[in-house]
Amino acid sequence: MLTNYLKLALKVLARRPFFTFVSLFGISFTLAVLVTATAVLDHAFGPLAPEVHRERTLFLDYLILEGERSQRSGSPGWVFLERYVRDLPGVEEMSVYSEPRRVFAYQTGEKSGLQLKRTDAAYWRILAFDFLEGGPLAEADVDGGAPVAVINETTRDRLFPDGTALDREVLVEGQAFRVVGVVADVSQLRTEPYADLWVPLTATKTSQWMEEFHGDLHAMLLAESREAFGPLRAELAARLAAADVPQPERFDRMLAYALEPFEIASREIVGSDDDGRPATRELQALLVGALLLFLLLPSVNLINVNTSRILERAPEIGVRKAFGASCHDLLGQFLLENLVLTLVGGALGLLLSVFAVEAVAATGWIRYADLQVNLRVFAWGVCFMVLFALLSGLYPAWRMARLDPADILRGRSL
Amino acid sequence: MIRLEHVQKTYRTDRIETVALTDIDLDVEKGAFLSIMGPSGCGKSTLLNLMGLLDRPSEGTVRLDGEAVASWEDKRLARLRNQRIGFIFQSFHLIPDLQVVDNVEIPLLYRSSSAGERRRTALAAIERVGLGSRAHHFPSQLSGGQQQRVAVARAIVGRPDLLLADEPTGNLDSHMGDEIMDLLEELNQEHGTAVVMVTHDERLAGRTQRTVRLFDGRQVA
Ligand SMILES: Nc1ncnc2c1ncn2[C@@H]1O[C@H](COP(=O)(O)OP(=O)(O)OP(=O)(O)O)[C@@H](O)[C@H]1O
Ligand SMILES: [Mg+2]
Repeated sequence: MLTNYLKLALKVLARRPFFTFVSLFGISFTLAVLVTATAVLDHAFGPLAPEVHRERTLFLDYLILEGERSQRSGSPGWVFLERYVRDLPGVEEMSVYSEPRRVFAYQTGEKSGLQLKRTDAAYWRILAFDFLEGGPLAEADVDGGAPVAVINETTRDRLFPDGTALDREVLVEGQAFRVVGVVADVSQLRTEPYADLWVPLTATKTSQWMEEFHGDLHAMLLAESREAFGPLRAELAARLAAADVPQPERFDRMLAYALEPFEIASREIVGSDDDGRPATRELQALLVGALLLFLLLPSVNLINVNTSRILERAPEIGVRKAFGASCHDLLGQFLLENLVLTLVGGALGLLLSVFAVEAVAATGWIRYADLQVNLRVFAWGVCFMVLFALLSGLYPAWRMARLDPADILRGRSL
Repeated sequence: MIRLEHVQKTYRTDRIETVALTDIDLDVEKGAFLSIMGPSGCGKSTLLNLMGLLDRPSEGTVRLDGEAVASWEDKRLARLRNQRIGFIFQSFHLIPDLQVVDNVEIPLLYRSSSAGERRRTALAAIERVGLGSRAHHFPSQLSGGQQQRVAVARAIVGRPDLLLADEPTGNLDSHMGDEIMDLLEELNQEHGTAVVMVTHDERLAGRTQRTVRLFDGRQVA
């Protein structure tokens, strides 16, 4: 039975190459886009190196001071982080580091633009960087503001094309940093570990940053487990509620949250509520909505194509019914045909995805992106397509199964 | 075996009401060979569809082995058609994408039998209609007469006890028509398969045991 149906399914598809092409294109293109998009998402949010503890890490990168008439928001500064974020309960390790800043390095007579981050030593303990040479910034380097630096692979190859970089100097804004480590490149989408050059938090010309309430710093909190998130956030909220807000004549409350990367993305992409909480639900709804819409298009296309094939195959339906096929049998046959089409489309989609993902990686839109076709994502995509194949096949199959065999077979009506 | 009592069939579309059959009484016994004749539009196909359990009468009763089928659900009717009735159509209605043997197998698909068994049965039926060498051809590679023989093979592959043929020779020249008629006669005589055949050909009708004549939906003889 199955082989008979499969044979027919392939024949039918081969007989109408144009329709088949349109359907296959819809399916495989959809899958490819889906897989590429999720590869990027996975790359941005998945627990990849160096963020191996991402599932129990929170970030605090945004502080709002709010009053009747004025508001000030942006990255927090040292004073705020030390006063309110340091020593929260359930935190195994806390790191403070700066936002990346574009600087220029002068080497071998050339000027290179680099992203520089200042970090403490804990940063290197939370993040599992892959060291190609040397090691991380040490506690003593940070305490003493030593002019040392860790650079990434690309930067090493640019600045020291002749080989090792260890113990050699990078000249940045008139300051010479001695290279103590070289790490593998980290993608731009991993905003917290991403940089080209890392130097001690304290390696600055002035110590003014240590007096700032708002500044250019982020905190990374490695919790003991996800269960610690709740108490940790509650304590932070309590501390902020009880705090003396700076400039009380202008501001009457202080808002800051320890967030997961997806929550940060929600705040950046969609926005936040009156209390500064990120619109996570909305971003989720947006993504799911986009996904559904995106999957719906090829389904509608499939429904169309399938429906137009019904009339052509009316005699077959009539014959099968006359010879004992129940509506059930016909429904099954037609859904199977749709499934075959979808699976062929899925296979093409996988191929296309590999090319698409490589193409996106090759454009360099995302620095140091190491995009992978995620088979898990692909499997989900195929599941969706199968679901939609069933849905899109159901209506035409239902119409097909309901055709009146008596009318079809009368002979004259054809 | 199949018995129609006071059967009436009316088609209703939006406003128009067409009476296709009026007050038909007909009994097809086991092993009978009947022909149905009448001008175009007089209700021959409609009558055949009613006997084939493909359609339900507007009034009257259709009985199979004495039992009224009116209340039977579609699934049961489908199973009965599958096991007891074979159809042959004027325009063959073979599936163009399937080889002869796959076409002939179709009735067996809706029964429980193994693939090997199905194949053997189908090949035997093809042999029976004299097309043994064409089992793996596609319908388009056969002549009209050969295609209709494939259709006959398909109709008999499930060993039905009733064959319903709607102008089986209508699209064939008289020589090929005779061949098909010979086949039907053989089946009727050798296996006792009851045959009901619609035809416009008096000569062929003359070869059957009895001719039912319809005019304007009424039985006139
Ligand atoms: N689905 C339908 N809806 C409305 N009227 C129909 C329908 N099917 C058949 N009829 C009408 O019923 C009458 C009988 O049709 P039927 O097909 O049984 O004729 P026939 O004797 O087989 O004709 P022919 O020799 O041309 O095949 C015709 O007048 C036809 O127009
Ligand atoms: Mg007719």
